[in-house]
Amino acid sequence: MPDPLDLPGEEWKRVSPKYVVVVIVGSLVSGVVMSAIATAIWLVVGLSWAWIALVAIVVVTIIQLIIAPRRARSIGYRMRDDDLLFRRGIMFQRFVSVPYGRMQLIDINRGPVGRILGLADLKFVTAAASTGVSIPGLPEADAGALRDRLVELAESRRAGL
Amino acid sequence: MTNERRSASEIAAERLTDGEWHRLHPATPLLKGGIMFIAVLGIVISNLRERLIDVFFGVPQDNRDPLDQLYTRGLVGWAVLVVLVVVLVCIGAFYLSWRMHSFRIGNEAVEVRSGVVFRTHRKARLDRIQGINVVRPVIARIFGAAKLEVSVAGNDANVQLSYLASGLAEGVRRDILRRASGVRAAEATASGAGEASIGERSGDGQRASMHSPGLINQRVSEFLAPELAPDVASPESVVKIPAGRLIGSIVLSGFTLFLLVAGAALIVGAASGRLWLLFAFLPGLLGSASIYVNRLAKSLRYSIAGTPDGVRVGFGLLSTSNETLPPGRIHAVEVLQPLLWRPFGWWQIRINTAGHSKQKGAAGQPNTTMLPVGTVEDAARVLALVLPNFGTGAHRTLIEAGMMSPGRDGFTGAPLRAAWLRPLSWQRTGYSIVDGVMLLRSGMIRRRLVIVPLARLQSLEVDQGPIERMLRLASAALHTVDGPVRPWLRVIDRDQAMVLFGTVATEAVASAHRDTSHRWNSAREAIARENGSEENAAPADSTPANSAPEGEEQP
Repeated sequence: MPDPLDLPGEEWKRVSPKYVVVVIVGSLVSGVVMSAIATAIWLVVGLSWAWIALVAIVVVTIIQLIIAPRRARSIGYRMRDDDLLFRRGIMFQRFVSVPYGRMQLIDINRGPVGRILGLADLKFVTAAASTGVSIPGLPEADAGALRDRLVELAESRRAGL
Repeated sequence: MTNERRSASEIAAERLTDGEWHRLHPATPLLKGGIMFIAVLGIVISNLRERLIDVFFGVPQDNRDPLDQLYTRGLVGWAVLVVLVVVLVCIGAFYLSWRMHSFRIGNEAVEVRSGVVFRTHRKARLDRIQGINVVRPVIARIFGAAKLEVSVAGNDANVQLSYLASGLAEGVRRDILRRASGVRAAEATASGAGEASIGERSGDGQRASMHSPGLINQRVSEFLAPELAPDVASPESVVKIPAGRLIGSIVLSGFTLFLLVAGAALIVGAASGRLWLLFAFLPGLLGSASIYVNRLAKSLRYSIAGTPDGVRVGFGLLSTSNETLPPGRIHAVEVLQPLLWRPFGWWQIRINTAGHSKQKGAAGQPNTTMLPVGTVEDAARVLALVLPNFGTGAHRTLIEAGMMSPGRDGFTGAPLRAAWLRPLSWQRTGYSIVDGVMLLRSGMIRRRLVIVPLARLQSLEVDQGPIERMLRLASAALHTVDGPVRPWLRVIDRDQAMVLFGTVATEAVASAHRDTSHRWNSAREAIARENGSEENAAPADSTPANSAPEGEEQP
């Protein structure tokens, strides 16, 4: 199989190693909820094929748990002179470049698990809905600093719409 | 004489844009819903007559007129009083809402204040204007009024001046755009006298109407005047759609195919004994014919014209609408040709813009359709208007290659192994970057060329899934503001994709830095002043013939 895509240049900045926990908890919770629904359909409603769904859900959840560390490690960003690079994904890779001047606003979100671990998600919003640059799992102080830095860069490179 | 009239309406329009608060057309409340209100009241009264008798007098069995009832019971005075009070309250409310509704057009922003109980105050910055639409519904045209809609980026972010006197709306729009363009008013009035004069016939009609006895004359001449006044744009820049082609394009659509298939299925079904099918679906099928008529009526008199302040798109037979998009407001352009149109050589042009007028475009299509149907020449002219910096001979041949070439030419194409994913269109799939503009070509059956000015690009993406990875392919997408145009390349060589990623990322930043179209006229002046400084060399060079004369006759 040919090599995955990569961009030459400096090292990618990775998200906090603790972010793996958030991914694992997320997959576990969704796996447990889905299995509960499947079990209920199987045992309470009495549809016999539901056990196949249950097995599938358990298998998918286990695979997700196994690749969780790699998924978390695949997320990276790089701040170049004029734009922010963002990448994520192992199987389905995605590389995005956003010029700083295109920033409309920056969101910082904290989920329940992330808050316990002191992590925050940073979202870079442009006028295009499909940009979708969201850097998860940043330590809270880093997220704040990165936000201020990005706003400052956007100010100095302000462009129209 | 004609000059006198022009200057009179120009002065009137200028008075409205002097930075003070002004009120709207006095017929505004009536146009905005008063007529509807009266009509509804009439319908309610005529339908509920029996019921009213029932409720008030408890004589349901008696079918006498309510007026008779009033008379016999001696309540005429009260009834008249009630009606009078209701009418007075309505007039008072209308008057109050008109009094409280005012607008201001300054050097920085357009503002509207309205509301009696709940006050709203809306302000749009001039340099954020994405387009100005002048709409004249039939009833408003009878009253000689027009609605001005200033769109800025965002959902429901429009500032509406409804209604203005019809003759002033164009002038107000011109003034707003002139202020937005960064030219000072003093220069504009100095050069305004040099403009071409209006046509003699309509000029006389308008002149006569300046005197009070000609009010009806004025309305009639306004109704008969061409949708696109001859002095607005130079005739060679105007693109029109003949009615025959319009009918053809509407008939040759996917909807017609659907109708034919449905009709055939009905006939087969009915012939094989299921007659109920005919009764169930035939009326609906016949009713859909009205869709065609509706579409046609809404896009008659369609014209696209280049004005000094941007592209003007106008249409409509009874209700007319025309929108002006200033330069640099178009984020992506798509030229496409469905299979059914290919024998006729017809093309459609769609655009992405950040601001959207509430008004639907021609044929009920969203107003992102720039050219509903046109020949190759029409498409080339419209593209020259939409992308003024991209109109030289070399650019034009590149665009034609993008529209019609079967593939494997000047465009950076996809490799043969892309045929696994795109068996038909892989040859045509490709891109080209010239002078800060990216062209993306794709589609074999439905030909498609997307043109994105990189100065407007929001972000850029390269993706790779497992199958693409095995084939050493990737896909790329350019992110622009939302709209019908989706600039992406589905298959591309993976190394090429990385080259594209690097090139477009740097080029987008450089183009955005060079771009000054949010103050388009001051930018032109700056370019003229600097005349060949390195920063501005590219845009100045790429517009040798097109923008220079426009700049001179600029009002």
